[in-house]
Amino acid sequence: MSATRALAGPAARTLSRLARERVAMVSLTVLILIAPACLFGPALTGHDPTRAYPDLRQLPAGLTAQPDPDHLRPALERLAFRMRTRLDDVARDGDALRLTLSSEAGVDRRSLVYLPRSDLFGEPNVIADTEDGKRLVVAVPLRRLSFPLGTDVHGRDLLTRCLVAGRVSLLIGLIATLVALLIGVGYGATAGFIGGAVDAVMMRLVDVLYALPFVFFVILLLVFFRPSLTLMLVVIGAVEWLDMARIVRAQTLSLRERDFVRAARALGLGTPRIILRHIVPNTFGPVAVAATLLVPRVILLESFLSFLGLGVQEPDTSWGVLIAEGARAIESAPHMLAGPAAFLITTLVALTLIGDGLADAVDPRAD
Amino acid sequence: MIRFILRRLAQSVPTLFAVVAVNFFLMRLAPGGPFDLERPLAPTAMENLRRVYGLDQPLIVQFGSYLAALARGDLGPSFSFRDMSVLDLIARGLPVSATLGALALALAACLGIGLGTAAALRRGGALDRLLGLGAALTLSLPSFVVAPLLQIVFGLSLRWLPLSGWEGGAPSHLILPVVTLALPQVGALARLTRASLSEVLRTQPVRTMRSLGLPPSRITRHALRGALLPVVAYLAPLAAALLTGSVVVETIFGLPGIGRYFVEGALNRDYTLVMGTVLLVVALVIVLNLIADLACAWLDPRLRNTA
Repeated sequence: MSATRALAGPAARTLSRLARERVAMVSLTVLILIAPACLFGPALTGHDPTRAYPDLRQLPAGLTAQPDPDHLRPALERLAFRMRTRLDDVARDGDALRLTLSSEAGVDRRSLVYLPRSDLFGEPNVIADTEDGKRLVVAVPLRRLSFPLGTDVHGRDLLTRCLVAGRVSLLIGLIATLVALLIGVGYGATAGFIGGAVDAVMMRLVDVLYALPFVFFVILLLVFFRPSLTLMLVVIGAVEWLDMARIVRAQTLSLRERDFVRAARALGLGTPRIILRHIVPNTFGPVAVAATLLVPRVILLESFLSFLGLGVQEPDTSWGVLIAEGARAIESAPHMLAGPAAFLITTLVALTLIGDGLADAVDPRAD
Repeated sequence: MIRFILRRLAQSVPTLFAVVAVNFFLMRLAPGGPFDLERPLAPTAMENLRRVYGLDQPLIVQFGSYLAALARGDLGPSFSFRDMSVLDLIARGLPVSATLGALALALAACLGIGLGTAAALRRGGALDRLLGLGAALTLSLPSFVVAPLLQIVFGLSLRWLPLSGWEGGAPSHLILPVVTLALPQVGALARLTRASLSEVLRTQPVRTMRSLGLPPSRITRHALRGALLPVVAYLAPLAAALLTGSVVVETIFGLPGIGRYFVEGALNRDYTLVMGTVLLVVALVIVLNLIADLACAWLDPRLRNTA
C-alpha cells in the first residue's frame, strides 16, 4: 500500500512520462550496459590493464585468436634469439607447437622459461633431446589470446584499457557534477530566497564569473600546480556550478511566493530549514535535467584536459588519455582512436538524449 | 544609449582588475619560474635575468609596475619568446585565430539557427527527430576526435585538402579547422533555437496571429525575433571563445594562433604572455556581451527601458 502511495505525485508522473520516451529509454539501456561493463568488465577480459605484450603491439581490432600466424614466427624468432638458440623448425599441431631448437653450445633448458614468460605460450615440454643436448624438440601449448579492440603502442589490451578508463571518466563526470550541484543549488536557493540586495550582489558575482575564460583558468591551475584527480574534480566542479545557480534561483523566486512556503514561514520555520525542506525539493525537475546534461559536459571537459596532458596521469587512464594516444598513432593504428572514441561518444550521446527526454518529461506542457 | 555603453564599460573595470590580480598572484605563487630550465642556469646569470625582468622585486611592487604598464597599453615583454613583446605575439596570433573563429561562427550560426528553426516549426516530425539525434551527436563529438578523423579522410585518404599548416591563410588550409570548430556549435545552436522558438510558438500572441489567419511565414518572422534572444546571449561568449582560438584545433592543425601561445606560455611559465592572452579573452567577452545586450534590446523593445 505504502509503495503505491509513494509512487503517486509529480516525481512518479515524470518517471512514467520518461518511460514513454523511446529514445531516452534506449539511451538509458545503453548507459546501464556501459557502467557495469566498466566496473566489472576489466576482470572478465582476461587481460590486466597494465599488462603489455611486447610481441603484439598495435594489433588491429578483430576477433582472431592471438598470436596469429603473422605474429607467431617473428615472436618465436625473437624468443629463440634471447634463448641463444636457432629455431630450426616450427610445426603446428592444433593448439600446440612443436619447436626444434638447436645450438652449437647446447641448448640451455633453463632458458625455456622465456617461452611462458612471453605470455604467448604455456609451459614447455621437452619431447626429444638429441646430439648431446645440442638439438631439442619442445612441445609448447599456444595460448589463445583475444583482443577485440586491438592493442596499444605497448601491446596492452585496448578493450580492458577502455573499460578501466571508463571508470575514471564516469566517476569524474558524476563527482564533478555533484560538486557543481551542491554549490549551485545552495547558492541559487539562498540568493533567490533571501532576495533583495543579497540576491543582487550574489547574482552580480555570478555574472562576473560568467565573463571569465574559465577554460583558461582550469588550464592555468592544472599547469601550475601538478595535475591530479582531486584538483581536476574541484576545478571542474567550481567552474560548472554557475548554470545550476541561475536555474535554481529562477525557480526559487517563483516558489518563494507560493502558499506552502508562506505557511512554513507562518509556522515559524527558519530560513535554512525552509530552503532545505521546501524550496530545494521543489526545484528537482529542472535541476535534474541540468545535472543530467552537465555530466556529459564534465566528461568532455575532463577528456579535453587529459588530451592536453593536464588531466588524468599515467598509470591511471581515462578516455581522453586513450584518445590522445590514439590521435598520435592515427596513421599507423587508427583502431587506437576508434575504440576509446566510440566509448566516449556513445556515453555522451546517451547522456545527452536522456537529459533531453527528462526535459520533455519534466515539462508538463509536453503532454 | 551612449551613456548605457559607457556605464557598462565602467562596470567592467573591476572585473578586469580582479582578473589581473587573481591571475598575477596565482601564477607567481605557483611553484616554478620562467627561467627554470632542464639544466639550471648559473646563479649569476639567473640573478641577472631576474633583475632584467624585474622579478627580483617584491611581488606587490611587480604588481604595481605591471598595472602601470597596462594602463599605458603595454603588456610587457614575453619571457619565453626572446626579443618579442606580448603585443607582438598577439598581433601575430590573433589574425589566425580570429579568421578561423569568425568563419566557424558564421557557419555555425547559419546552419544551427536554420536547422533549429526548421525543427521547431515541425515539432515531432522526421526532420525534428533526426536533428535531435544529430545535435546530440555533434555536441558529443570532441574536437580532438573530429580533427584527426578529418585529417585522415580528407588529408591522407582522399588527398583533397592539406593536413595542417597555415600558409598565410590559404582557403584550402582553413576548411578543416573551421569545420572542426563549427561542428559542435551547430548542434548547440540548433538545440537552443529549437527550444526557444517552440516556447515562443506556444504563446498567446502567436496563437492570436494564427487565429487571425496570418500567413505562416510572417508568424515565423515575428516569433523568431523573440526566440533569438537566448541565442544571441549564447553567441556572445561563444564568439569570444572562437575568436581567441582553440587550443586543440590549433595544436592538431599546426596553426600559429592565440590558443597555442597561451598553452605554450603556461607551460613555460611565461607570466606576461599568459596574462596578455587571458586579458584579451576577458576584454573580448565584455565587449561582445555588451554588443549582445544591445542586439537583444533591438530585438525586444521591452528590454530597452531596463537597459
